[in-house]
This record gives sequence, C-alpha cells and structure tokens, in this order.
Amino acid sequence: MQRTVSLTVNGKPASATVEGRTLLVQLLREHLGLTGTHVGCDTSQCGACVVHVNGEAVKSCTLLAVQAEGANVLTIEGVANGDTLHPMQEAFRNNHALQCGFCTPGMVMSALDLVKDNPRPTDREIREYLEGNLCRCTGYHNIVLAIAEGAAVMRGEAPPANPHGVAAE
Amino acid sequence: MPDGTIGTPVRRREDYRFLTGQGTYTDDINRPGQLYAYILRSPHASARINAINTSAAKTAPGVAAVFVGQDMAAEGIGGLPCGWLVNSKDGSPMKEPPHPVLAVERVRHVGDPVAVIIAESYQQAKDAAEKVAVDYAVEAAVVDPAAALQPGAPQVWGDQAPGNLCYDWALGDEAAVDAALRGAARVVKIDLVNNRLVPNAMEPRAAIGEFNRATGDYTLYTTSQNPHVIRLLMGAFVLHIPEARLRVVAPDVGGGFGSKIYHYAEEAIVTWASAKVRKPVKWTAERSESFMSDAHGRDHVTHAELGVDAQGKFVALKVVTIANMGAYLSTFATCVPTYLYGTLLAGTYTTPVIFCETKAAFTNTVPVDAYRGAGRPEATFLVERIVDVAADELGMDPAELRRRNFIPANAFPYQTPVALQYDSGDYQTTLQMALQAADYAGFEARRQQAAARGKYRGIGIATYIEACGIAPSAVVGSLGARAGLFESAEVRVHPTGSVTVLTGSHAHGQGHETTFAQLVADGLGVPIDQVEIVHGDTDKIAFGMGTYGSRSLAVGGTAIVKAMDKVIAKGKKIAAHILEASDADIEFKDGRFTVAGTDRSLGIGEIALTAYVPHNFPHEELEPGLDETAFYDPKNFTFPSGAHIAEIEIDPDTGRLEICNFTASDDFGRIINPMIVAGQVHGGLAQGIGQAVLEGCVYDKTTGQLLTGSYNDYAMPRADDLPNFSLSTHATLCTHNPLGVKGCGEAGAIGAPAAIANAIVDALKPLGLRHVEMPATPEKLWRAIRQHQSGAAAE
Repeated sequence: MQRTVSLTVNGKPASATVEGRTLLVQLLREHLGLTGTHVGCDTSQCGACVVHVNGEAVKSCTLLAVQAEGANVLTIEGVANGDTLHPMQEAFRNNHALQCGFCTPGMVMSALDLVKDNPRPTDREIREYLEGNLCRCTGYHNIVLAIAEGAAVMRGEAPPANPHGVAAE
Repeated sequence: MPDGTIGTPVRRREDYRFLTGQGTYTDDINRPGQLYAYILRSPHASARINAINTSAAKTAPGVAAVFVGQDMAAEGIGGLPCGWLVNSKDGSPMKEPPHPVLAVERVRHVGDPVAVIIAESYQQAKDAAEKVAVDYAVEAAVVDPAAALQPGAPQVWGDQAPGNLCYDWALGDEAAVDAALRGAARVVKIDLVNNRLVPNAMEPRAAIGEFNRATGDYTLYTTSQNPHVIRLLMGAFVLHIPEARLRVVAPDVGGGFGSKIYHYAEEAIVTWASAKVRKPVKWTAERSESFMSDAHGRDHVTHAELGVDAQGKFVALKVVTIANMGAYLSTFATCVPTYLYGTLLAGTYTTPVIFCETKAAFTNTVPVDAYRGAGRPEATFLVERIVDVAADELGMDPAELRRRNFIPANAFPYQTPVALQYDSGDYQTTLQMALQAADYAGFEARRQQAAARGKYRGIGIATYIEACGIAPSAVVGSLGARAGLFESAEVRVHPTGSVTVLTGSHAHGQGHETTFAQLVADGLGVPIDQVEIVHGDTDKIAFGMGTYGSRSLAVGGTAIVKAMDKVIAKGKKIAAHILEASDADIEFKDGRFTVAGTDRSLGIGEIALTAYVPHNFPHEELEPGLDETAFYDPKNFTFPSGAHIAEIEIDPDTGRLEICNFTASDDFGRIINPMIVAGQVHGGLAQGIGQAVLEGCVYDKTTGQLLTGSYNDYAMPRADDLPNFSLSTHATLCTHNPLGVKGCGEAGAIGAPAAIANAIVDALKPLGLRHVEMPATPEKLWRAIRQHQSGAAAE
C-alpha cells in the first residue's frame, strides 16, 4: 500500500510516496536524497541514523515514514548555517572526533540533543549518553572532548584549550 | 611555506564533508536505472544442495532475474582466489579448495551465498527470495579449529582437504628449541585461545556493478581498502575482464580494519549480473549479513612453552598453534597465522631460539582473514601472557623481567631467530615512559585502597613489536605471496603551481587527504590548500596496492616522496636552463630553486609554468610537463613498538570490570600529524580492549549456527566501556625509508589485549587465578572469582 507522507525536513516542506513498511531513514535517504543519515545496523543499536524529530533525537530506523507525517525533521544536512559549521560540528573538527565519518552524523545529532537537555555535561555523562551511538574508529576519546568543547561554545563560553595543540582560527 | 606542517596537528581536510552529511559512501551512490540485488544465504553450516527451484521467485513482482551458482559455473566464472600460497613443513603446498562465487552443490557455512535475486526495489528482491526453494540435506558441522583436526570430525572439504587440514607450517629450529628447553632452569607453559572477532566497520559492505552497453566496459563501486587489487583479482581470476575494461571505484569508505581488503563474492555478483540484466545492480549488506559474510579475525588455539634460565633470561620459545581458516580461503587468510604471526614471536626480546608450528584448519564458519593487527595481536598476546606467567612463577616484577630480556637499544639492526631483522627501536625508553605515566611505583597503594573498598585492582603491562608495510616484494614472493607489495604515486604539478597527488593508498578513516598533503606542502614548498590528494579510483590512479598493515605512510607516503624527488630533479634542470647555471649548482628549498650562493632564484610555480609553456626550455634534454610517477618497493618491514599499561578494578559481587587507566607509550618513528596518530592509537586501543573484555564471535558447536549475529549479541565497545587514554610517543627513526616513519594504525589493537588480560590476572592473583580467556566478561570473571574463592576456602 502506497501512501504519501508530507513533512518538514531541514526547514523545507517535503513529501514522498512510500510503502507502509518504509522507514523514516529510507524516506530520507532514498526518496529525499539526504544521504548524510546513515544505516549501520538492523537492530537499532548503532545510532548512525539519528535525526531530530520535532526537536527530539530519534533513531530514524525505528520510525515508519508514515509516522513522521506532519513532523519537523532535522538531519545532519540542516545543522550548519550555510557554509559555516555549527559549533558542535566545528568542535568535532577541532578535536579529530571523526575518522571514517560514517557514525559522525548520528554522533553530532545525538550530541546536540544531549546539550539541549544538559548544557554542561560531565565526561561521564557524555559517555553514558553516547550508549546508543557506536563508533569503531575513534575509541570515543576525542568525541568526548569534542562534545565538551561544543557544549562550552554553545553556552557562549570560550572553548577549553585544545588538547591536541590545534591553533584557534 | 615558511613553517613546515610536518609534526603539527593540522585539522583534517576531509572533515567538512563528513560533518555536513556530504560524504559519498558506496550506498549513497545511485546509478540511473539501477536494480537491487538481494543475496539468499545458507541458513545451514553444512549441507548438500539437492535442488534449487527459482521459478516462483522469477515471476514475483519487480523481479528482473534470479541466478544460482550453476548459472555462473556454466559461463566459466572462476572462484575467488587466495593471494598467498603457504607450504607445509614437509614442502607440500597448502590445500586450496575452490571458492565459488555462489555455492554449487554444497554450502559450508551459515551465510554462504546461494542465489541472487535482482529486482526493481530491494524490498521486492528480498520478498522474492522467500519464494526460492532450496532443498538442503543438512550434514554435521564443525566450527572449532582444534575440534576440526580431531579424528572423526565432520569433513568440510572431504578428499580435497583430508582431516580439515589446510597446511601444517613451521618456522625455526625445533631441535635447537627442544634442546634449549631441556636445559632451561624453568619451563613456563600456557594454553590459550585468541578469541574470534567480527571486524564491524560501521559502514556495511556495499557494491554497485554497472555494465556499459555502448563500450562493453564495467564499473564497480565498492567498499574496498584497495580498488586496484579488486580490479586485478576480480578481473583476472573471476570474471575474466581485462583491466582496460574494468574500473573499480572505492569512494568514501566507512572503516575497514582489514575486512574490506578482500575480494568478496558480492562484488563479482553485481558486476557479472549487471551485464546480464543490462542495468546497474546495487547491493548493500544488512548488518546481519555483515556478521555472516565479512571475513572474521583471530581464532587461534595455542600451546606454548618458554624456557627461562636462573637469571630470568629467556632461552627458548616453542609455540604450537591451530588457526581457523573458516570454510574457504579468503584473500590473505593463509599468511596471517604464519608469516604475520610466527615471525613476530621474538617480540621485543632476545630469546635466542624460537620454533613455531601452525596448523590451519577448515571449519564450517565464515572465512577468517586479517583484522586490525592480523597475526601480530595474536603473537603479542601469547608472548606477553607467557612472560607474565613466567614473572609470576619466578616471583619477579613483570617490568623487571621484561627489561632483563629486551633487545638493547644499541643492538640494532637486530636479527631475530624468526626471520625478521628489526631496524630500530628503544624498548627500555617506551616502557619507562609508560611506567612513569601510569605511576607503576604507586600501584600497590592503589591496590590496597581498592581492597579496602572490596574491589580487586590489578595492573598489567604489555610490550609489543609490530611489523608494518609488509615487504619487499622479492622476499614476500619467495614466501608465497602472489602479489607485489610496493606502492605507487603520481605527483602532478599543474601549470599554475597547484598540485594533484594520485596515490595507490586508500583512506577509509586514516586521514590521508591531510597527512599526504602535509608531506607535499612541505616537500614542494606550496601552500597546503594548493594540494589535492586523489585516491580510490582505478581510472584515475595508475596502480596501487591499497591500505592495510599500517603501510600507507611508510610505503605510500614514501612513493609520494620519491615522485616529489623526481619533480624536484626535473625542476632543477629547468631552473638551471633559465638561470643559465649548472644543474649541480641549483638548490631547492621552501619552494624555490636557487643558484647556490646567489640571490638568483625561481619559485616552483614559475618552473611549473615554464614546463607547460616551454618557450624557454631545455627541449634537447627534457620533455615538457611536470608530472612524475614513482613506484616504491621497500627494503624491509618497519617495526613500530611500544609499551601499554592497563589498570583495572573488578567488583567481585558482579564481576564487572572497570578500566581505571590505560597508558600507551609508542614508537612510530617520525610523526607527520600527531593528532591523527593519537586518533589511530585511540581506535586501536578500543578494538584491543573490546577483544579483551567484550567481543567474541560464538558459533553453536553442534549446529554451526552463528550465535552472535547482531549488535544485540555481539558486544561492541561503547563510550561508557572505555576510559580516557593517556598517550605518549618516543621516536627512533625507521632507517630504510626517507621519512623515518613506521606506521601507527594497528598498535593499539596489538598491545591492549595482553595488557588488559595481565591486569585481570594480576587483580585476581590473590585468589590464585593464573589465566583468563578473552573476552573476560563480567560473567566469566564472576564465575572465576566464585570458583577460586570456594577453592581457596576448601584448602
């Protein structure tokens, strides 16, 4: 059974005709061409597909596309301001918090959700929050540093001294 | 460039696209008119295929074609080749049974591909696969490598590999080792298992085959670490397509860790099928398919004996290992437990005689091949565990026992008894740095404090040697490699002075677009934003051997340096002509060609423009253009080394283990980008710690079913399983490459498992624990504590 789903994605109206079983992540990737959201597993464990639905972080493989009817969806493609990276994206870059980049969109979307609820997370809180996002490359060490830096900048504070010796731009 | 970038933490140039969702991974690519493939896989570990009925599937909605093994066999399609011939100790070649792309007559592991269904949508293909009727006659399976070699075990290959034995390989002087063990003051013994792992790059494998009806050419987009190797293997051995008609593109690749080196069946299926259906064919693995079709890693069963003299010096090491090959020989499976394992058993020590025997066993499991470290983690785990057992038996501090046996820093080059010649290293210094950073001296106080809290706290050391950049080609060829192990690079200086570098290395997280650009910016004295690094496309890059074994900088980077040397040599001749000086008088520094002792000079941009607008040019001596290619074949491996220290605490009530501190002091030679190097170490440590305490691939011993087939069952390291890491480096330069670089990609995965295991045994030493098998899960630790507590109570 085909159904048309209309929603808002990254601030713009979008619609697509999908099967009942089509997942939100498939709608985004295959129907809307937003391939920044990734699929890394089939058991809702890896978090590569995290997007924001009505302001909350959601694994987009856990939602049917039809359930997103009328929703406001933010994907990684909508995070930067034009060519200017969001402070959280910038923090990932400053801290070498990504290697192959595959888990990165989900990590950034989860990080933004964490900081929304907890603007001043401790390292332990960051690590516990990231339970639902797998990364095989970084060992998470630099992701934790990046989220701490991103959170500081989002609070309007100066970023902490860069632990890798990267000079400020 | 007034300031060099080498040695500085340049932020990665690849990050912008990945952080904004603009990366292009294989599954992000869609070709016009493409169809989708679903691979029907065996649900059985061992079965005869009596019949396959595809007629209902062929008429299902949207289905374009269904193919089975016989369809490919009928066209003379070859099997997947193995790239390394290992001979048994009696000189006979390994047993090398066929590896059909789609199973014919039999299936040999759960996940063995049986049929491909091609349809207009992936869901249609998957739905139609349910209509394929396969009549299987299920037979007994064997999954454990030691069990497979027992008499009466189910036979994976029958007469083609009697007793399931692929080869019985040996290295070293067994008689000398036996004599030394007989004369030793003490012989320390250990039996251990190196647990089977699933690599689990976060991007599942994917492939798109595209046949061009107009030209007869093929393109394969694939998740590969080495597109040229895939072109060679698939073109020459499987599908019989000449290189000139086959383009292989490995775009952004989401991690590899070894698992994306190999030529896989799905690559051949989509390429071949695209010509059959005359449309592009796309396949993307579901994660559960990854678990049952990506090559796995490790899976050794080992007995070892270490002879020690009265002063604690190692006098001999004897190792007998059974290694699991799985059901088929994957591309480089055979060299991993032999030439990448037996040769590493000297570790960082002066052990004068070593003997290693490796029996490789076929089982009804997914093929096993190189996974981050590949042989070297297995060797290090064994050596560093037995050294700790020796220290315990001798009542000696494990750090002191190691110091006493290290190859001294002034002994290089050092010839080991297991074929390798180490060029440089300083094991005392890296150990000392790690001991200090970990406050080893203060540990006993922390153990007491933990005990007061009811916790068992332990500290464990592992030192390691790694052999990276496997080479030279002549030597590996004499050992059975069916490939050369060089690398190529082309440095193309454009008329306006910008530079394109085409490298045969491939990045899938390593950051080559940054590190290699740093090399070129410094080497040619051009701004880094004027340098573009291109990789991953056989139509752009002449040739390449790809990325594995921490070889990219040591081999691929050196090829770039060699090509830059040629650019500079030609530039000097052009400059000499324009400046009316002798070639020998031209010096090149910071991007300028200068007549020595004068202020007459030309920038590399001016030289490049002259090379392409050759009005005033030495035509009698040179051709126009400034574009040079180099192929570099190393003289030796490189030998990174280091010391890792883990400090852990175990809660006896739950068996839960906490990693309190992890310290790594590594020698990678010269470092180009310290931030990227630290990231490589972090990731390696996470995988090493994962092996030690979380990850284990489990098959049901009776049915051969894969019990850890998803992230619900296979414990991947998560952020809250891991500590912050404390890293430091100390450089002794590689003596045989111009950069002095050694490689850093696998070190963490090599050192960490033994450091963690040694820490666990140290923590539970008061209970009498002598060894713990990986992964040391809370359940395993809880049971070990219970067992030893009740044992201690009974005494």
